[in-house]
Amino acid sequence: MLTITNIHKTFNKGTINEKKALNGVDLHLDEGDFVTIIGGNGAGKSTTLNAVAGVFPVDSGKIEIDGVDVTNLPEYKRAAYLGRVFQDPMMGTAANMGIEENLALALRRGERRTLRWGITGPERENYRHLLEQLGLGLEDRLTSKVGLLSGGQRQALTLLMATVKKPKLLLLDEHTAALDPKTAAKVLELTDKIIARDHLTALMVTHNMRHAIEYGNRLIMMHDGKVVVDIRGEEKKHLQVRDLLEKFNIDNDRMLLSE
Amino acid sequence: MSSFFNGLGPIILGAISLGLLWAVMVMGVYLTYRILDVADLSVEGTITLGAAVAARLITEGVNPWAATLAALVAGLLGGGITGILHTVLKIPALLSGILTMLAMWSINLRVMGGSAGRSNIPLLKTESVFDPFRNLGLSKNMSALVLGLLVVLVVGVLIYWFFGTEIGSAIRATGTNQQMARAQGINTGVMITLGLVISNGLVALSGALIAQSQSFTDIQMGVGSIVIGLASLIIGEVIFGTKSFKRSLISITLGAVLYRIIIALVLKAGMNTNDLKLFTAITVAIFLAMPEIRTRVDRFRSRSKGGV
Repeated sequence: MLTITNIHKTFNKGTINEKKALNGVDLHLDEGDFVTIIGGNGAGKSTTLNAVAGVFPVDSGKIEIDGVDVTNLPEYKRAAYLGRVFQDPMMGTAANMGIEENLALALRRGERRTLRWGITGPERENYRHLLEQLGLGLEDRLTSKVGLLSGGQRQALTLLMATVKKPKLLLLDEHTAALDPKTAAKVLELTDKIIARDHLTALMVTHNMRHAIEYGNRLIMMHDGKVVVDIRGEEKKHLQVRDLLEKFNIDNDRMLLSE
Repeated sequence: MSSFFNGLGPIILGAISLGLLWAVMVMGVYLTYRILDVADLSVEGTITLGAAVAARLITEGVNPWAATLAALVAGLLGGGITGILHTVLKIPALLSGILTMLAMWSINLRVMGGSAGRSNIPLLKTESVFDPFRNLGLSKNMSALVLGLLVVLVVGVLIYWFFGTEIGSAIRATGTNQQMARAQGINTGVMITLGLVISNGLVALSGALIAQSQSFTDIQMGVGSIVIGLASLIIGEVIFGTKSFKRSLISITLGAVLYRIIIALVLKAGMNTNDLKLFTAITVAIFLAMPEIRTRVDRFRSRSKGGV
């Protein structure tokens, strides 16, 4: 579903702030893979996701989604294949538009926008139904401005927007890191449920090793802009936080603390 | 005091009709300033462009309705230039607008007088779009009021409809959160340009109507117009509210009218016309500072009520 071949990216090339962010990333995801990504600060986790999403062009290498070479497509065109949830709950939604308006924008992702009315009656019913499943009471607040929602509610809505039109690939960039532990757990549970229900292919960046182990069928670890560990199948199922620590000599404080 | 009230009626009527013609411009400013979240200064050039195109064509014998339509199209193009400077060439929005505004000065001189240039065109004995209403026996001010009302109504309804469509929603999303818009597959550069195009089209249309109403076009007429537009917008929003999109459109229209009434009254009260721009700037500053003033007053009140 996703094939990343030897991508490189250096930010601020030729300046004092030069930073080699991606240093030959290779990754292949089969359809239905739910891959968690861990790694220290600056390992290239978010940068990899952003490279796939087209936030910036890569210096070299190739990115294919479902057999389509998207390496040179602008961000808004790649959006047709992707669902994205960001770390910052403010980033995934339009604050001064209503809940239903945000969902309507997401439903038209990858389609030609015309002078038809921006939202129709039948789809409104569908949104009510989808929001009901979140269990947050948002189904009765379809026209409320998203800016009035809490961070957790906004993140759940962003997740719904990312999946309302089935994406070829779901990109989750530490999407629970800014939430309190209880809300984070709820959003993660919801994420897992939606991925399983719709058989989505997903990449989830996390700083929490327990989450990385608990969720998904495959775990990769990045270091210095490369994939250094790739665990899947049975081995992933029996993986313990202790194993990861011992095996890979993790000395990253933030990762240890969040365990 | 009695001299102040002498002849006040026609002055107020004139202010209302002029305010309605300006309201079209204020709607354009609303599209950029509020919906796109861009302070677009090109309007200072395109309002004059609209006036210049209409005036030149009318004096050349073109039908005033066709001339007004041509002015609108010229404004659309002007907005397109700002849009391309900003979204394709990545020049900051404020600077893109300033560049267009500056370029328009030269263009407007040429529009009015060819290569020799001309800084004004009187429209005293020419036809205008107000003629059909004058022919019905309406006064000059009443004709402007009736046509102004019609245009504001049509433009308002069109804007309301357009921003409810898929493309209109995409423009609104772009103005709120570009990152989100791109993630939902919206070409933000095109949407920003489209917004600027429509906005400047409306501004030029307003310019064409104002020129015909005052029977005069001058290269200076756009100077300070962005501040007048913002003043009308903010006065309208603060006084009449922004509960919904429809309400906002009505509020800014009333704001444009109210602004003109205020100006007419202070002039009638004897203010020097030279001080008008200073007065406008101070008014805008006060209204823009309103939220901050309110929170400070609230804080002061709650403290003096014997808080901690």
